[in-house]
Amino acid sequence: MAELFDKLSYYFAYPFVRYALLVGVLIALCSSLLGVTLVLKRFSFIGDGLSHVAFGAIAIASVLKISNEMIVVLPVTVVSAILLLMTGQKTKIKGDAAVALISVGSMAIGYLLMNMFSSSANISGDVCSTLFGSTSILTLSSADVWLSIIVSIIVIGVFILFYHKIFSVTFDETFAAATGVRASFYNLMIAVITALIIVLAMNLVGSLLVSALIICPALAAMRMFRSFSSVIISSAVISVICAVIGIIVAVLFGTPVGPTIVAADICAFLIFMVIGKITGRSGD
Amino acid sequence: MSNQLSCENVTLGYENTIVTRNLSFSVSSGDYLCIVGENGSGKSTLIKTLLHLKALLSGKITLGDGLLHKEIGYLPQQTVVQRDFPASVQEIVLSGCLNRSGLRPFYNKQEKLLAHNNMRKLGICNLKKESYRLLSGGQQQRVLLARALCATQKMLLLDEPVTGLDPKAASEMYELVAKINREGGITVIMVSHDIAAAVKYSTHILHLGQQEPLFFGTKQEYVKSDICKAFMTTSGGDNNG
Repeated sequence: MAELFDKLSYYFAYPFVRYALLVGVLIALCSSLLGVTLVLKRFSFIGDGLSHVAFGAIAIASVLKISNEMIVVLPVTVVSAILLLMTGQKTKIKGDAAVALISVGSMAIGYLLMNMFSSSANISGDVCSTLFGSTSILTLSSADVWLSIIVSIIVIGVFILFYHKIFSVTFDETFAAATGVRASFYNLMIAVITALIIVLAMNLVGSLLVSALIICPALAAMRMFRSFSSVIISSAVISVICAVIGIIVAVLFGTPVGPTIVAADICAFLIFMVIGKITGRSGD
Repeated sequence: MSNQLSCENVTLGYENTIVTRNLSFSVSSGDYLCIVGENGSGKSTLIKTLLHLKALLSGKITLGDGLLHKEIGYLPQQTVVQRDFPASVQEIVLSGCLNRSGLRPFYNKQEKLLAHNNMRKLGICNLKKESYRLLSGGQQQRVLLARALCATQKMLLLDEPVTGLDPKAASEMYELVAKINREGGITVIMVSHDIAAAVKYSTHILHLGQQEPLFFGTKQEYVKSDICKAFMTTSGGDNNG
């Protein structure tokens, strides 16, 4: 045990490990806050779809040799999020099919472009780390860290300021709109924030696993808790704890960071599901 | 008796299809108007238009008596999302106060008191901390009705409030609405399939048909009208068969 702690303090002497932990906690916090709303609005797969869009955008950025990928990835993902969430009800292709179409489409085209035009010697390595976020969380620059901090503060601030409106729009959009809450504006806001978080979270767990980070803590919390506020708070706590455990385990045992965090989230979900069943709190 | 709502020559519908035309009626403060008619006769479209959720194709809807469209207390039909929604009764009822809190990010004392009073009025105070998804259908409707009452002081708009309720819960719901109308002086507009209950509780009836409204007037006139008789016989015949 003492050996583990020595190893841990040895690693935490490095700034990049501390950065990883800080950014990991922030991203986990933001994604879990939003996750509750997305799960309840039946938008769980939006996270998945958007992260694939972001993957496609990264591919395009690397083909165009743009050094700062964020310039391409962020606007593309935000626009896709708006299109997906806003047109969900009106389009001929229904929500889930639209997400599936966009998500596989951008995956395929992204990989195609990377394969055809990339100058890198190790394409499959690049692709793998984009998909599973194997190392990028440990190679954050201080600019990345600041970007994460700023975006997290914005997300948390918006969430606190508009908490009751977000609740109302999530629970009953028609009633909210009828009583003068600008439901479409809040839907737009949720879409933009979702896109921001997904782009950030790709650094942490990679684009394939982003949706796990968004939906797992929310689902776990919903097994146990009965009011919206308690679900939100417990979802945030679960997500942060899982992120910390995941990063520490990954650092100590050399496992890939993203999948380790997601594994911790899955464990949390299973534990809460069992507790919910035993105590009869899940309401099923 | 002041005019709270009036529709003049209104045409309702979607871009290419007209659902109802030549619709004219008015509602005074304290009225209890039931909107009846077959499926597809435009009841839901009318509700959405009254709430400014949809634009009207032509005609004019005016609100009087200082009523704003966002101050109409609306009881929508339940959605799939709500059935397993983790929310406490109190959280839902309070969300009816959002139209008065503006951009303020929290609820103030008055709003909490208002929510409490409305929960007491509907006998759901003891369920305050309960989870919405664990309640019975009748209790859930009371929660949504309390929320609608928080949003209004003048007018309630109810969209088929007894759908899916058992007969006992349904008649309790009707009695509650009638009591709110009588004692609170709140105008009620209710969309309903249930002509018998409409005739029993309402003061006015609007009967929508395919493309055209068939009847608007007081309940007494409606009971004597041919439309009502025809409708009652067919639905009575259904019951016997």
